[in-house]
Amino acid sequence: MKIKLGSLFSQLTIFMWVALSLLPFSSALAQAPAQRMVVDVTEGHRRPMPIAIADFAGPNGANIAQVVREDLERSGLFTVQNPQSFAGRIPDVNVTPRFTDWRAISTEALVIGRGSQTEERLRVEFRLWDIYGQSQLLGLEFSSSDVNWRRIAHKVADAIYGRLTGKTGMFDSRVIFVSETGPRTNRIKRLAVMDQDGANPSFLTDGDEQILNPRFSTSGQQVVYTSLGQRGLKLWVLDIPTGRREAVTGLGNMVFAPRFSRDGQSLIFSSDRDGNTDIMTKNLRTGQVRRLTDNPAIDTSPDFSPDSSRVVFTSDRSGNPQIYKMNAQGTGVARISFGSGRYSTPVWSPDGTMVAFTKQAGGQFHIGVMNSDGSNERILASSYLVEGPSFAPNGRVIVFQREEGPGASPSIWTVDVSGANLRKVSIGVSGSDPAWSPMLE
Amino acid sequence: MTYSKLNYVGLSAFILLAACASKPPTTNTANTGAGSRSTEAAALPPASATNQGAGQGGNQGANSGLYGNNYGAGQNAANPYAGQVLATLGDRVFFATDAYNLSEEARATLSRQAAWLNGNPNSRLLVAGNCDERGTREYNLALGARRANSVKDFLVSLGVNANRIETVSYGKERPIDDRPNESGWAINRNSHSMPIN
Repeated sequence: MKIKLGSLFSQLTIFMWVALSLLPFSSALAQAPAQRMVVDVTEGHRRPMPIAIADFAGPNGANIAQVVREDLERSGLFTVQNPQSFAGRIPDVNVTPRFTDWRAISTEALVIGRGSQTEERLRVEFRLWDIYGQSQLLGLEFSSSDVNWRRIAHKVADAIYGRLTGKTGMFDSRVIFVSETGPRTNRIKRLAVMDQDGANPSFLTDGDEQILNPRFSTSGQQVVYTSLGQRGLKLWVLDIPTGRREAVTGLGNMVFAPRFSRDGQSLIFSSDRDGNTDIMTKNLRTGQVRRLTDNPAIDTSPDFSPDSSRVVFTSDRSGNPQIYKMNAQGTGVARISFGSGRYSTPVWSPDGTMVAFTKQAGGQFHIGVMNSDGSNERILASSYLVEGPSFAPNGRVIVFQREEGPGASPSIWTVDVSGANLRKVSIGVSGSDPAWSPMLE
Repeated sequence: MTYSKLNYVGLSAFILLAACASKPPTTNTANTGAGSRSTEAAALPPASATNQGAGQGGNQGANSGLYGNNYGAGQNAANPYAGQVLATLGDRVFFATDAYNLSEEARATLSRQAAWLNGNPNSRLLVAGNCDERGTREYNLALGARRANSVKDFLVSLGVNANRIETVSYGKERPIDDRPNESGWAINRNSHSMPIN
C-alpha cells in the first residue's frame, strides 16, 4: 500500500449536526419508563452488545455503514451482526422498524441511515433503535463535504458509542506517528498521520531527517516532534492548519522528548549538556527557558498532568530508570514506580487518574498502567518490544508501538485500559511512536 | 409528534488531505558492510601520518560499510581521508549494557584517537553515542549522550582541547548491526568518532 505525501494545508471543513425528529410511534413509547439500555464498559468480561447496522441508503451508504461497523466492532463492546442476515429487509430511515422482525436475529440495537448529496455536500441521517425497549435512542443528521464521508461515519459511530455506553467516543480522531522504511541499519523515519482506524495515512516530512516522538497539542492544532540529524537533535512545532513548521531554537543540539503544556503555550522536554540529561520548559511566547530538574541522573520523558500542576518523568537517579512525579515547578520529586524492572515513558491519562508506561522486565517489554500515585500497576501488553503508550482522548484505549519478535518491523497496536482487546492498527506501512490526537471538531 | 430543537453547531476541523502528488522517498542504499572493529590499526604508521596514503589501502570495505550510511547530509564531509585514518586507528569504542564507562580496550582505542588529534591540531571530531534496541527511544538518547560524553572527557584528559570535540547522541536510531541478538546489540552499543569541519 502506498501512502501519499500529504498536503499540510487543511481544508476548513464545517461539520453540522441536527437532531432528527422522533417518529410518532416511538415518541409515544418513549414516555414509558423503558429500562435503560447501556453497555457496561467497565468490565472486560461483559458480553458485547449485539447491534445491527444496516447499509445506509444513498451515496456511499454501504461504505459509511461499514466504517461504523468496524469502529464499533474494534471497540470490543459490540458484536456487529452480519448485514447479510437482514439484507433486503431494511426500512426507510423515517419509518419505525418492526421490532419483532429484528428480535428474530437476536440484535439488541439497530441503526438505520441514509445519505443524500447536493453537489459536494453529503448529508447523512441515521436513527438508533432499542429493539427490546422498542424506542428510538438517537436520531441525528451530519453534513459535510463529501470527501469527509469517513469522518461523518466516525461521528455516527461516536454518537452510537456515546448513547449506548454513556461514555465519550474516540472514533473521530487521528494518530500521529513515524513511518519507518528501509533496513534497520539505514532507517528512513518520516512524520505521518492517519485516522485512528489506520485509514488515510499521509506523510508530513520527506525523510531527510529521522523523526522521533511526535505529540499533539491539547487543541489538536499543533504537533511537536524531534528531528535527528548528523549533528544533533532539534525540536519542531508543526502548525496543522497552516502547514508551517518552526524550529524551537536556542536549546542546544541535544534536546528531545518534547510535549506541550496543556494550554499549548509551553513545551516541556529534556536536554543534555555534557552527558547529563535534565528536564526543562520553554515558553513559546516569551522564549523563557526554565530548568525543572538538576540532577546528575538521566531525567527524561516528561509529561504534564491534565491540570498542569504536576509532571511525571523517567529518571535513573535510583540506579535504573523509574517513574517519578514532581510539581510543575520542579519541586517535590517523588518516585512512584516500585515494581521490579525498568520503567520509562510515563504519560498521564486524560482524566489524570492513571499513568501509562513502558516497562522492561524478564527480557521483554511491557505496556502498563498504574494509578497516578503508583498503586495498582497492571500490565496490558507484552512483547519483544512494546514502547511509548498514548491514551485515546476518552482515556479508554492506549495506542503504542510493538515489534512482535526480534527483527520484526515496528507496528502500531491498541489495547483497552482494561487489558482486553489487543489489536494491530492496519496501516499498510511500518509505524512507530504513535500519539493519539484529541477528538476532532 | 415531537420535534426536537434543531441545533446547528458549526465545527471546524483540520483535515490533512493527501492531495499532493505522491513522491517516493529518497532511495537510501543499505550498507551492509561488516566489521567496524578493525584492529589492524596498530600496524599502521602512527597518527602523525597526514591524510595521504592511509586510506587508500585495503581498508575501504570496513569503511564503506559504516560511513556510507545516508543519514542526513554532509556526513564525513570534512575529509574522507581523515575518516579513513580514524577508522584504521579505531573510530568506535564499545560499551556494556546500560553502561557508559570505558573499557581498557576503549581507552587504548581512544588513546590512538587522541594521538591523531594532537598530531592534527586543525582537526575536529564529532563523537556520536549509540545504543542497542533494548531500551526506550528517549532513555537511549540520554544514554547515548552519556557515552559520547565519556569519550569526550577521556580525549580531553589526554590533552585534546574540548572545543575540538562535538558530541551527539543517536540513541538507538542508527544501529550498524541488524542482528537482534546479544552479538548485534554489543556492536550497536558504541561511540563513533568522525572528523568534522
